[in-house]
Amino acid sequence: MSTASESMVWAGATERPATADAELGDSQREYRALMRKWWFAAAIGVPTMILSYPWIFPVLGDWLPRGSDRLRAVWVVMGLAALAVLAYSGSQFFTGAWRALRHRQANMHTLIAIGTGVAWLYSTIALAAPSLFPDEDLAEVYYDVSVVVTALVVLGLALEVKARGRSSEAIRKLIGLQAKTARVVRDDRELDVPIEAVVAGDLVVVRPGEKIPVDGEVVEGASAVDESMITGESIPVAKGPGDEVIGATLNTTGAFRFRATRVGSDTALAQIVRLVEDAQASKVPIQRIVDVVSGYFTPAVMIMAIGGFVLWYDFGPAPALAYAVIVGVTTLIIACPCALGMATPMSLTTGVGKGAENGILIRSGDALQVTSKLDSVILDKTGTITWGKPTLTDLVAAGLPEDDLLRLAAAVEKASEHPLAAAIVAGAEERDLQLPSVDEFEAVPGHGVRARVEGRDVLLGNRRLMEREGVDVAALAADWERLADEGKTPMYAAVGGRAAGLVAVADTVKDDSIAAIRALKNVGIEVAMLTGDNWRTAEAIARQVGVDRVLAEVLPEDKAAEVKKLQLEGKRVGMVGDGINDAPALTQADVGFAIGTGTDVAIEAADVTLISGSLRGVVTAIAVSKATMRNVRQNLTGAFAYNSLGLPIALGVLYPFVGVLLSPLMAAAAMSFSSVTVISNANRLRRWRPKEV
Amino acid sequence: MDVAQVTVTLAGAGLIALVVWFFWLKKEEGMRATLTSSGYQEAMILVKGGYTPDTIVVERGKPVRLVFRREETSPCSEQVIFDDFKKSAQLPKGKPVAIELMPTEPGSYPFTCQMGMLRGTLVVE
Repeated sequence: MSTASESMVWAGATERPATADAELGDSQREYRALMRKWWFAAAIGVPTMILSYPWIFPVLGDWLPRGSDRLRAVWVVMGLAALAVLAYSGSQFFTGAWRALRHRQANMHTLIAIGTGVAWLYSTIALAAPSLFPDEDLAEVYYDVSVVVTALVVLGLALEVKARGRSSEAIRKLIGLQAKTARVVRDDRELDVPIEAVVAGDLVVVRPGEKIPVDGEVVEGASAVDESMITGESIPVAKGPGDEVIGATLNTTGAFRFRATRVGSDTALAQIVRLVEDAQASKVPIQRIVDVVSGYFTPAVMIMAIGGFVLWYDFGPAPALAYAVIVGVTTLIIACPCALGMATPMSLTTGVGKGAENGILIRSGDALQVTSKLDSVILDKTGTITWGKPTLTDLVAAGLPEDDLLRLAAAVEKASEHPLAAAIVAGAEERDLQLPSVDEFEAVPGHGVRARVEGRDVLLGNRRLMEREGVDVAALAADWERLADEGKTPMYAAVGGRAAGLVAVADTVKDDSIAAIRALKNVGIEVAMLTGDNWRTAEAIARQVGVDRVLAEVLPEDKAAEVKKLQLEGKRVGMVGDGINDAPALTQADVGFAIGTGTDVAIEAADVTLISGSLRGVVTAIAVSKATMRNVRQNLTGAFAYNSLGLPIALGVLYPFVGVLLSPLMAAAAMSFSSVTVISNANRLRRWRPKEV
Repeated sequence: MDVAQVTVTLAGAGLIALVVWFFWLKKEEGMRATLTSSGYQEAMILVKGGYTPDTIVVERGKPVRLVFRREETSPCSEQVIFDDFKKSAQLPKGKPVAIELMPTEPGSYPFTCQMGMLRGTLVVE
């Protein structure tokens, strides 16, 4: 049984990194092969260009005059060299075109293969049988077109392969975070074992400065852990017994032992890698339109090239055949289906990777596009805006030192099971107060608690408790009101039958919630807060954090309905909450953001998972989505504009007006440049950084 | 117009017709997936400049397993995406990769490479 599970761990843990390495190797091999092809084509390309027009060079022109037998002999050699370039450097165009043709499909390879092939064939016929041409001027060669176009497009492909590798850098970085070994306790001895051999339940030892190998729960020791590589939060997080640690994060100065809970492909890191890969492979909705266009694009270019050839042959200036060939070839070469096809996937890959680097997992291209267009964000209060657990916030002492008030209150509450009691006890422990023992503890349901501490009667509870016990708390009433207005829960305390003060607890607002909400409003997003609390508490918190709209006293099962109400107002609504209780609301929302879940990152209901618990993640998610969509639009606009300007120019629409006809060499340069531009623009996203909120 | 021009024009029109017929008016014949003993409708697809076969016919309501095998280094085809099923896979060279789907509604579902250059169709009946 244990061998079986171990081998599964092995398989799960090794599969992905191995795949990624293999891909990296593949793309490097591809790049090197293309560069070799480019150098070969370029080396032949330079003399080919010179020898195609020797008469424009002073000495060469005298030696190889136009129409001479010597020039024809040179051209024959050039034709053979050009054939070698097509066969070696341009081989992928011809094989690619042929494979596509067998599926009755056409792609960039088809266009380049036909373009360079036609130029070579025309030149060879002109050379072999000049008598076929009505005019001797027509019998010129265009071997330079075949060679230089091949060279430029191959160079473009090489740069493309290199840049594509860079866009998936995020995944490689994530995989690289994985520790290689772990120190586990087996038979009471500490052993260094490969990470794949760690099984759930292993006791793992982490020393200062070491990487935490797998996910688990601390059992002894304490430290602060730098989780920035996973959550994007720069401040190290304190860890003690019972706390969850995430594999691949970095221990700082303490030492501790933890029990492994998730290993291999179950770790948070492995899940993150999987989610990011899936998201990168998905499609942005705009892409569907592009897909339809690119399905028709290549054959349409062929039709244009044929049409251009016929028009120039029939109506063009002399020598009509030469012009017709140039126009046809240029049209085939300039069209760049690649720029169109790459425009969105490249940006999506980079953008989703950028999100992951900042602790934000965007699940798909759809989620990314909608996130960039949100009008309204609903924040669940408890656990999202606030910490989700009450803490001691205020002490109002009357007639005794604050510490005494807290010490006595905490001593009584220590015996209580009320959820607010724990907050008071924790507050006292934070101040290092020694809690005395209590006698005669009594919980009075609906009122509060009472006990004898150090020989005195201590009461802690609401006004009714005080009234019942005959304690006059009129002097504290104003403070009580003030605290209640601030959204806190104040409790009266009495010692020895006299009012001793107020102890207030509240679910406090997370440090950065206010800044995050302000940042959301600054980008024009309406922020609403959703809570089951009463209106008084809800509005107090709302004032404190500055939300536009409060939805209070909402039962958990009605949260989704509240989201729907906002949607019915015509808004695109994002819902931020935890992935479990808020799942229906997250699903109902246009974009569901699941917040702060530690190692559990694959939340079904969420479109976006914010690994850290901070609301700033929402701001960053929206910002990264906007930046990515802007990039997508730039790329698409660029690619469409390029093709819709380039094709008519290649067809010669400018010729009647300004007498300009594009040369096929220019077309090849422009085509390579356009696809490299698209990739470079997408790579620009890699420099994107979230603004400080 | 002289004879040569008329000939070129007619030849051009013919070529255009050929392009339209060859690339756009193809019949989607497709290959029917075979039903395995485990209840899956299975088909093997070769990825090499395109998907072979590029049209796979399956019945709805039965799980489908499509095994892709990529036999080329061109990075274009390293990913296959079933957008309608929200499924995708990386295709390392020479290694079969299975994608499992559950078609519930009849229709034509395209699958493509990441750039939408290679195309195939899953026809659900």
